[in-house]
Formats: sequence, structure tokens, C-alpha cells
Amino acid sequence: MRFKAQVRVTLKESILDPQGSAVKRALHAMNHDNVLDVRIGKHIELVLTADGPESARRQVQEIADRLLANPVIENFSFDLAEAGGEAG
Amino acid sequence: MRVGVVVFPGSNCDADCYRAIESFGADVKYIWYQDRSLDGYDLVVLPGGFSYGDYLRAGAIARFAPIMDGVVEFAEAGGLVLGICNGFQILLECGLLPGAMLPNVVPRFRCDGVRLRVENAHTPFTCLCHPGQVLSMPIAHAWGNYYADEATLVELERRGQVVFRYVNEEGVPTPEANPNGSCHSIAGITTRRGNVLGMMPHLERACEALLGGTDGRWVFASAFEFLSGGVELGRLHLAGDGPRH
Repeated sequence: MRFKAQVRVTLKESILDPQGSAVKRALHAMNHDNVLDVRIGKHIELVLTADGPESARRQVQEIADRLLANPVIENFSFDLAEAGGEAG
Repeated sequence: MRVGVVVFPGSNCDADCYRAIESFGADVKYIWYQDRSLDGYDLVVLPGGFSYGDYLRAGAIARFAPIMDGVVEFAEAGGLVLGICNGFQILLECGLLPGAMLPNVVPRFRCDGVRLRVENAHTPFTCLCHPGQVLSMPIAHAWGNYYADEATLVELERRGQVVFRYVNEEGVPTPEANPNGSCHSIAGITTRRGNVLGMMPHLERACEALLGGTDGRWVFASAFEFLSGGVELGRLHLAGDGPRH
């Protein structure tokens, strides 16, 4: 079966986000003064084959934990859905 | 003395490291990232640059390069490993050193001269320095904002693993002298055993007067002195000897 995982990687709440702060300052300069906070993360899409949703889920969990996110500074979450198209 | 400089796709300070190390009369070789063995080396250097284009996070992909299993094994066996800039980032990503890098607090690439205070002169990389000695060398990075949680920082400080701190002209760590926002003004840390050092400043660019300074030589000279047995091991702060403060 073929699956598509959409992984979101975000900085932990306790971590200052210098990129988000720079974007917020730019937004304020554009007169969007009501923007109170900006946090920048990553959106990563994986397409993979697996025997079923459980094994796909386990694998995406491991991939995100070992490579896509750095657990020292980041959290991740993901959605998994069966994807159309030919397997492999 | 056999020194290996690991070359990843995107390393760009490998030749600078090679030249600096060669000037000490050491036998230096490049090690390709696809290699696996570090047999026979005394010191392994992970140089600066932009391995794998800094894609995902600086050092995140290099950490899975074939040579890295060898680097971890070499370090765990007590071998000396020096990670400079991107090399430091790779050491953090692979877990040999604790913590992680964030983008600089100042929103730009910092290419500048900095002053570093030697916080622990009882490591293989600083054994010729005196405690509190201030070294000048350049930095060049966008992701040099060292972060670790409070418990890790307390532990690093307690065990003397903070080797270099950014300081001002008076040798004092101030927010103004901290070029990237690093926690505790940290510029370089070691493992508990002291045999793995990660640092952001480019010591290899401060090894010839013609290039603006020679303070980087203290670090290489210390490592070679240590390796040649010129330093009493008892003087060094190694694993398991408890808190220093």
C-alpha cells in the first residue's frame, strides 16, 4: 500500500525563534501591527509504501524522530493517509 | 602524528585545516565521507563549511554519512575529535556533544573577529593555554546560536565542559560580545572525557600571521602536545573526576 505522510516540525515553545522574530518585525514595518507572534517551522511530505497504516505510522515516527526533527529544539506531528497511484 | 580531515560534500574549510595542521609537521590526510575506517589516526577534524548545503538543519544529513559511524567509534574509544563550525554542528547532531544550534539572534550571517576566553585549560585541546587566556579568531556562521536546556547547561558548567566563551576586550562575557546569542556565551564545549571538542570559531584561519593572527595554533599545539605525551594525564580533567567547582 502507498501512503502519504505530512510532517510538521515546529520549534519547541521554550525556544526563541530568530527567523520568526525577523519576519514579525518585517510585518510590523508593513503596518501589520496586530501580528503578535510569528513562529517558523517546516512542512515535509513523504510518500512511502508499507504493509498497512500501522507499519507506515511506526516508520514515519522513526524517520521524524531520527532525522526530520531535532528533539533538543523541535517537536513534530504528522498526518498519514493512504495515497492513490501505483505502489513502488 | 597522523591527522585526518574529513571531507563531506559541501565542506569548504578542509583545505584550510589541512594547511594549518601541515604547518605543525603532522602527517595529514583527507578522509572521504564515504570511507568507514579511522584506524591509525591520532586526531580527526570535522572542518567547517556547508555539508549537504545545510539542508534540513546544519549538520543533520552529514551526521548519517558513512564515515560518522567511524567517528563515533573513534571518539568513544578515546580518540581526539575536533569539530569546527559545521563540524561542531555535526557533532551536536550526532549526539557526541549535547545541545543544538539555532540561527543567530542577530538576523544575519556573522563574519567577524571574536575573542574567546579559555574556560578550561585541562583539556587535550587547551593544555598549553593558561586558564582565562583570551584568544582572537574569526567566526563565519549563520547557525551558531548554541542552545541546551537549563539542566544540560548546569551540567556542562559544573563539569568544566565549557572550554571557550565569547568575551569582550576586558575578557568579560557580555551580551554585546556574544555574536550569535549562544546560551552562556558558549563558543566551544567538550565531552566529559575532554577528547571531543566542538567550537564555532575558525581556529584554522588563525594559524598564520599573514592571515591576521596565530591564536588558533594554541589549540592544535595543545592537541599535539597531548598526543605526544608531553602533558601529564593527571593534570587533565577527564571523565569521572567529579565537579570542578
